[in-house]
Amino acid sequence: MSLPARRLRAMLVKETWQILRDPSTILIAFVLPVILILIFGYALNLDTGRTRIGISQQDGGEAAVSLAGAFRQSPWFDVVATGDVPHLKDQLVAGTIRGIVAIPQDFSRQATRGGGAIEVITDGSQPNNAAFVASYAEGVRQNWAAARSARPAAAPPLDLTLRYWFNPGSISRYFLVPGAIAIVMTMIGSLLTALVLAREWERGTMEAIMATPLGMGELLVSKVVPYYVLGLGAMVTCTVVSLVLFGVPFRGTVLALLAISSCYLFCALGQGLMISALSRSQYVASQIALLAAFLPSLLLSGFIYEISSAPVWVQWVTRIVPARYLIPSLQTVFLAGDDWGLFLPDMGMMLLFGAVFFGITLAKTKRRVA
Amino acid sequence: MSGAATPAPLAQALGVVKRFGAITALDGVDITILPGEMTGLVGPDGAGKTTLIRILAGLVDPDGGEAQVLGAIATQARRERLGYMPQRFGLYEDLSVIENLNLYADLRELPQGEREATFGRLLDFTDLARFRTRLAGQLSGGMKQKLGLACALVSKPDVLLLDEPGVGVDPVSRHELWDMVRALSGEGVGVLWSTAYLDEAERCDRVYLLSEGRLLHAGPPADLMDRMAGRVVQIGVPASQRRERMRALRASGAVMDAVRHGESLRLLLRAPVAEVGGELGLSADDAIAPRFEDGFIDALGGADLAESALAAQYRAIPENDAPAIEARGLTKRYGAFTAASDIRFAVPRGTIFGLLGPNGAGKSTTFKMLCGLITATQGTGSVAGHDLRRAKADARQSLGYMAQKFSLYGDLSVRQNLAFFAGIYGLSGGAARAAIDHVTQIFHLAPFLDMNAGTLPLGFRQRLSLACAVMHQPPVLFLDEPTSGVDPLVRREFWNHITALVDRGVTVLVTTHFMDEAEYCDRIALIYRSRQIATGTPDELRAAAGGPDGPPAASMEEAFAALIRAADAEREEEAA
Repeated sequence: MSLPARRLRAMLVKETWQILRDPSTILIAFVLPVILILIFGYALNLDTGRTRIGISQQDGGEAAVSLAGAFRQSPWFDVVATGDVPHLKDQLVAGTIRGIVAIPQDFSRQATRGGGAIEVITDGSQPNNAAFVASYAEGVRQNWAAARSARPAAAPPLDLTLRYWFNPGSISRYFLVPGAIAIVMTMIGSLLTALVLAREWERGTMEAIMATPLGMGELLVSKVVPYYVLGLGAMVTCTVVSLVLFGVPFRGTVLALLAISSCYLFCALGQGLMISALSRSQYVASQIALLAAFLPSLLLSGFIYEISSAPVWVQWVTRIVPARYLIPSLQTVFLAGDDWGLFLPDMGMMLLFGAVFFGITLAKTKRRVA
Repeated sequence: MSGAATPAPLAQALGVVKRFGAITALDGVDITILPGEMTGLVGPDGAGKTTLIRILAGLVDPDGGEAQVLGAIATQARRERLGYMPQRFGLYEDLSVIENLNLYADLRELPQGEREATFGRLLDFTDLARFRTRLAGQLSGGMKQKLGLACALVSKPDVLLLDEPGVGVDPVSRHELWDMVRALSGEGVGVLWSTAYLDEAERCDRVYLLSEGRLLHAGPPADLMDRMAGRVVQIGVPASQRRERMRALRASGAVMDAVRHGESLRLLLRAPVAEVGGELGLSADDAIAPRFEDGFIDALGGADLAESALAAQYRAIPENDAPAIEARGLTKRYGAFTAASDIRFAVPRGTIFGLLGPNGAGKSTTFKMLCGLITATQGTGSVAGHDLRRAKADARQSLGYMAQKFSLYGDLSVRQNLAFFAGIYGLSGGAARAAIDHVTQIFHLAPFLDMNAGTLPLGFRQRLSLACAVMHQPPVLFLDEPTSGVDPLVRREFWNHITALVDRGVTVLVTTHFMDEAEYCDRIALIYRSRQIATGTPDELRAAAGGPDGPPAASMEEAFAALIRAADAEREEEAA
């Protein structure tokens, strides 16, 4: 074996032992991903589900009874309380219900004349909930009114049906879980790599190995390879957990998943190495990694917040967040299938970012301690 | 070094200059490392030793001058022929002994076939064969040091650069390490050994004495010692006359340095005793062998022998027969690990008690238990009559504490630090201002008042730490390694203050790993592997180390080494 290859193998063996013996590495690489997936799968749910409301039915007429029945059958609402408005208001304040639908005294009379308004009371301190309850309650009323008026007549000329492709149930965990994989790979690629190099500086081992014939390129490769493998391992863990536990569909090919992940890991590892080349303390490196890699991947990648609904200048900012190029491809490979026309440009962008990061790292890594 | 022709140097620095911002770390330094020689690089912390070694190792670019190693510019030298052990050994703590060796064998290009034989030899040499599979992080300080050396030696280098290999290691391990390296230089390796211990310098073939980035001496240590010949005397002075005698000696212009040595005084004169001894009542018979430190002090222009201004203005601590500090079986355990075991001593008012021992022996743990900073697992103690169990806060208020590491606020100015410490010790208004003015004057801090404490030169940082500890004039002082890393002049100044305070009735508990400083103490406890292995006056310990029949040990260092060996033997007997 040639000398450089022997040195490189020795560094790889050393790095592997260190990973295996450091409980925090195993924690970040294998336990944290599972926890993240569980959180995104179970706890963080962007679906609306059934919202608890109370109905104050002040009219005993046929139309009022029928409308209250419509609310009870609605897939959007769960009617958990009835009674007068002051009584329901207490429950609203206590948070046991999210809104009150009041059907006024003369509702049935108004309804027969083609009118009939309801009163919706919501908790304005929770604007999202309030808006949801108000609009869906009105929707229920309109559907109910339409159904009543249509009953004797023929079917309406136009039938508008909303259909979600690729995620027919509009289940948010189906697109959150691929996003979680991006977060996990960011943590391993950028945070962990930045930390391990900074650790070599802090413990003084960097100084010792720099005084040996080891080349700086060999040093970088010895850091990249093990963490690339670790990152892929964590990605596979995440994928298996999300397929088995949450039944997330996987419609693409393993090859596409590996190719996309590899491109992103190249970029994330480059970012991690660059951070540790610029900072030699674990504390500073972890701060930079959190601010420059982790948070943007979480907030500006389209993982949770749609990029297209952000202000234009924020949309421009997202263009320099590498995870932005990963998440659409990942979601596609899980939910839709292989679409190389989409993958290739994104993979190209990730490789480009990686090349820039590695370039800066190489320029900044010198065999000098001061 | 017989033979007329000087061999070609293996490594050389020629007029090397290195600046870090406004600070000049090295100011035109020349150094030569010859094959088969032990070259010593000696100086206090911050003198520039580490920077010079890193320049030779090709890890730092000099701003001026040139460093050459093995015939090439240092940064392009053949690294497989260069052995370098940085101050922190460069070991991977989560790898075992053998895994560390394997790694460095591959990195240093040791051929596969030679590996077994080389490892066997190195493990034998370092006595680490029993610990092949132990993680480096679980080795003791001395064993780590030896493993670090083994890693640097794994492919036999031509040049070996060792950055403070003796720091924090017990005297026995330090001797063993020295002997190992000495053996290598006998085989033709050129060794550079950097150290803050001046006694190590005496044993080198060639010494470079570095102070604030400049060379004070270059050449065989004997050259420096020869200039000291006949200028160092030791005279027995009874304790009752010591102060009187010291005053007379200070008044004389012929004395450059005067320190207590057990029951005697040790003097450095400006000229041989035969010329200037008469007026001081000294004869040529009083002359003793000079030490390297005497040469260092001579090169620095002599110690400041003025009487301590601190003690002159310190309040007199009232007489009291009860011990000022007492430890009654102090024990601290962390899980299965015992950091300090059954430590017992009593320190009478107005005396100095020293805790001596290598790093990690349990000195600081004992210290912190007595300060009330950590709670003893067993046993108790008292400070100035306040029991640690019942009156921890009172005990703390009556002591001044100088921590081992610089523990002031680096980003506050000197003035702000002084004001803060005056405040937490309960001084306010006029009293605080007076105390601050007072210590500013005594410790020459006036020019630095508006400078951030973190940017002070090391000696002044230590002075500021001491100033903060004594501002409220406590009856008891706890000093944890007060002179670590400072040059001999600052050490003299500190001990001058400390001994003068003791004369005012202050009681001092001090730790140190400079064995010669033990001579300043009235009594000493040797702490080794968390146990108190010997207690007594310096003279008693030297006598004990010699055994019942033998002559007393010549130095505290030797005494300590002998007592450690005895303790180890006893331990092994117990285990058997």
